[in-house]
Amino acid sequence: MQTFIETLAGGLMLGALYALFGLGLSLSLGVMKMINIAHGDLIVLGAYLCSSVMQALGAGPLTSMIVVVPAMFGIGWLLQRLLLNRVVGRGPLSPLLLTFGLSIVLQNVLQEVFTADTRSLQAGDLALHGFDIGGVSLGLLPLVSTLVSVAIFAMTGWLIGHSHWGRQARAVADDPATARLVGVDDRNFFALITGFVLAVIAVAAVLYGIRTPFSPTAGPERLLYSFEAVVLGGLGNVWGTFIGGLVIGVAQLFGAKISSGLGPFFGHLVFLLALLARPQGLFARNAR
Amino acid sequence: MLRIDRLDAHYGLFQALFELSMAVAPGETVALIGSNGAGKSTLMKAIVGALSVRHDGVQLDGVAIGGEPERKQLARGIALVPEGRRLFPSLTVRENLLLAARNGRQGPWTVERLLREFPVMEGFQHRPATALSGGQQQLVALSRALVCNPSYLLCDEISLGLSPLAVHEVYNLLGRARGEGLAIVLVEQNVKRALSESNRYYCIQKGRVVLEGQSESADHAKVAQAYFGM
Repeated sequence: MQTFIETLAGGLMLGALYALFGLGLSLSLGVMKMINIAHGDLIVLGAYLCSSVMQALGAGPLTSMIVVVPAMFGIGWLLQRLLLNRVVGRGPLSPLLLTFGLSIVLQNVLQEVFTADTRSLQAGDLALHGFDIGGVSLGLLPLVSTLVSVAIFAMTGWLIGHSHWGRQARAVADDPATARLVGVDDRNFFALITGFVLAVIAVAAVLYGIRTPFSPTAGPERLLYSFEAVVLGGLGNVWGTFIGGLVIGVAQLFGAKISSGLGPFFGHLVFLLALLARPQGLFARNAR
Repeated sequence: MLRIDRLDAHYGLFQALFELSMAVAPGETVALIGSNGAGKSTLMKAIVGALSVRHDGVQLDGVAIGGEPERKQLARGIALVPEGRRLFPSLTVRENLLLAARNGRQGPWTVERLLREFPVMEGFQHRPATALSGGQQQLVALSRALVCNPSYLLCDEISLGLSPLAVHEVYNLLGRARGEGLAIVLVEQNVKRALSESNRYYCIQKGRVVLEGQSESADHAKVAQAYFGM
């Protein structure tokens, strides 16, 4: 029973990070109707940036976020302005092809700059601290990660529902041509969104990089988890993505309990079964 | 003065407007009359920047503004009520108005004022914009353009598919806007109404102006002829 609760809690906390990966994908899909195949590689880029900043400043991973998160926002803004804006709104194929190419380029650049060696982010004592609640032990770091994830989701949910920023996002998602008619600068707005997405990715990449080693080719795997979280939760539903991430995380850890190598497989399996049962996702706002 | 000067417009290889010229003075209401596909909507899209056109093809007070993005035209005081209303389904009525008000100009038309003056709208302000009847949606669409406080309001088919009562309400709101000195460009299928609501008219056929004049003294037979292209 105790193992069960620990595995469940661990899965939920891992899932909260997958959910953060998925949030960015969900936003670019929802607002720009764009699937970013390089999403996973950008996550890995965030982790490497953090690693470099830690080396340069001698800081811990959490402190280095002060540099990494704004840097990733800037990279996202530039990426959208210079590259992705050229293909947004031209159907689903062009962004897929462009970001597929971007993914290959990113992987090779990372390999060239950082070599193919696996790295991880050393958090020192923080990674070792834990609590013991009624015989169930929980790590401090996973708990912090989960709280950060919930906070970012709550903030994003509030922004979408109640701010001018969110009204623009929903209007552009509904009807880009009419959104321009009421004065929305969609190109600049898309750049802000992608900046925000990369900032969120940066936070998730650092928290994930502390617990899981990464290498230049780890991107596609992270993209897959992000995708599963988004699709499982139902498109266009922010909290659905959160739940989707949790489901994948829990499935992976229970799978890993059965056989240590089968974690990701069980994640995919649960995703597949859930999709068979509800093709529109668990919490689709409107069935399409 | 909003002046359209020998304007050409294309959709890809298809040319929709041919050296079309017209003008709207401040405070004036001008009707555009013509059959489907004559180029009225194209002309409006070209004016607000939704369609790329020659820079000096559209002039505001003598300054060339053609082909500049929608938000710049909006900031200059040119707003469009698009055909088919095009409210944002994911936004409530109030949010539809708030979004436009924030991006538009400051002026006498505010979200609060419109909701106050149209109690019917205040009643459904928190409902999704597309949960309303056609007439209510048209009121909101018109309001969404008004809260941008334009000097030139372009209205594309604002009475299409509405009940007579709803048409009356929509034109009532438009009349108030005109009362505050807005210039209006009106595309309207109902020729009789188009002429009675406007000071001047242009008949457009296959992307060209074929007839123009004062609405009061318009010869209905000639207008009909221009309309049907006979």
